[in-house]
Amino acid sequence: MTDEQRRRFLGRALVAGSAAALAGCNKLNDSAGFKALLAKADTPTDAALHALTPEDALAREFTEAEMSPVFKANGSKNPQTPEYLALTANGFADYRFKVSGLVRTPLELSLDQLRALPSRTQITRHDCVEGWSCIGKWKGVNLGRVLDLAGPLPAAKYVVFRCADDYGHNGGRYYESIYLREAYHPQSILAYDMNDATLPIPHGAPLRVRLERKLGYKQAKYLLAVDLVDSLAGIGGGKGGYWEDSGNYIWHGGI
Amino acid sequence: MKDDPARSTYRHRLPVRVMHWINVVCLFVLLMSGLQIFNAHPALYWGEYSSFDKPWLALTAQPAGNGQLRGDTQVGSLHVTTTGVLGVSAHALTGKPQARGFPSWATVPGQRSLADGRRWHFFFAWLFVINGLSYLLWSWRSRHLERDLWPNGADWRGMGRSIIEHMKFKHPTGEAATRYNILQKLAYLGVVLALGPGVVLMGLAMSPHMDSVLAWLVDLVGGRQSARSIHFLIAMAFVAFILIHVFMVLITGPVNQIRAMITGRYLVHDEPSHDEPSQNEPSDKEPAHD
Repeated sequence: MTDEQRRRFLGRALVAGSAAALAGCNKLNDSAGFKALLAKADTPTDAALHALTPEDALAREFTEAEMSPVFKANGSKNPQTPEYLALTANGFADYRFKVSGLVRTPLELSLDQLRALPSRTQITRHDCVEGWSCIGKWKGVNLGRVLDLAGPLPAAKYVVFRCADDYGHNGGRYYESIYLREAYHPQSILAYDMNDATLPIPHGAPLRVRLERKLGYKQAKYLLAVDLVDSLAGIGGGKGGYWEDSGNYIWHGGI
Repeated sequence: MKDDPARSTYRHRLPVRVMHWINVVCLFVLLMSGLQIFNAHPALYWGEYSSFDKPWLALTAQPAGNGQLRGDTQVGSLHVTTTGVLGVSAHALTGKPQARGFPSWATVPGQRSLADGRRWHFFFAWLFVINGLSYLLWSWRSRHLERDLWPNGADWRGMGRSIIEHMKFKHPTGEAATRYNILQKLAYLGVVLALGPGVVLMGLAMSPHMDSVLAWLVDLVGGRQSARSIHFLIAMAFVAFILIHVFMVLITGPVNQIRAMITGRYLVHDEPSHDEPSQNEPSDKEPAHD
């Protein structure tokens, strides 16, 4: 073999090797065992995110001048479930936000009652898992304050958000969950206003949660209730959220 | 080649060889799963938020009449039709043209799956970071960084000549081939000290959770969407490095080079050089280098 032939052979071998490696990756991606191996990275990632940041460190807040001219609505934009249509029929007058599960006093709060509680306003950046960002202004009540009204029991470990929307896949409603301690982050709010107006339907009316240190899919819209639980097993597919169950998304949602 | 008088030298130590090949796997997966993630929103912006009507880079599918799709690559105000590769390309399974930023042969997995791409990306990102930190620590402790990679005075003085030799595709032979030349040193140091840390930091700067402690870094680069753009551009710089790196291996005795990175052994041909040597310092005899 001449040098030239050897070079050409090795060059081709490289391209063929890459194609084979790619095919191998696709095979691995279909293997449940390998998927489970990849998912093992979640635990150190989640731990590192919490270890590297103080528990109540704030996500960056912005001025009005820095807000996005357009705030993109994504995911469900106009739920058609019977329970949601019943609520919109009379402008959310019958809406009651429920706090249940591992609490001393289960609660049902009207929007007026939520608005009567002390509020927090924050201009923050919304980061979608797809890669885009929008900056908007949110007003609402601290989630931790609402939970304290109900009194979490010591066994409570997670907060599960129950939503009115579904994606038509399996009739299951959208849901999400976070650690209980994350509900007490100062920027974790139940938002009823967006950009100085009542929260519009595409963005989750009448109530959505803002979790400013997490990606968009964690910040559930169309909230009906929160449940305090000690385990996520047995809820939906057991992985802590609609997209986590149905689409292999990562539960911590912090990166 | 067999007839050349050649002697075998020990060129790459074991840790370097192991970490090099781990890196090959990591970069392969990170680049291709990164393109999968990019495909979820195949547009890049400068600033803190996405100005959806003003991306600086966008790979889109445009209607081309009679139900066909045209792949459009937009860079700044420039539009190029890239149907088949960028913007529109074959579905991984059906082969039908579909809207997708990068084609299925450039993504891991091949099929569209943002969630799966993220799983691959974060798993191999951990491996890449651990491998990179191990390399830095080892290179510092073993004085690899200082002895083999850091340019010395002679390197700097020989830079002009080295550039000219590279342009003529003339490469060091004999003893000089057992050391890195100045352009190699700068390329490797650039990757190890700039591209590697840079790509990791820009990745972290995109995390909304890390934003609560890295806001200064996000500000420094002009915002979260700028961080995403820079993360992408550094990845492209890695691609450029890899292409040149592989090209150089192929034109400088590929079998010898690849063997050296697998077994550590490199054959040096000590024929009297017809040109002046490309390095003017006599080499230290022993530890050849990595």
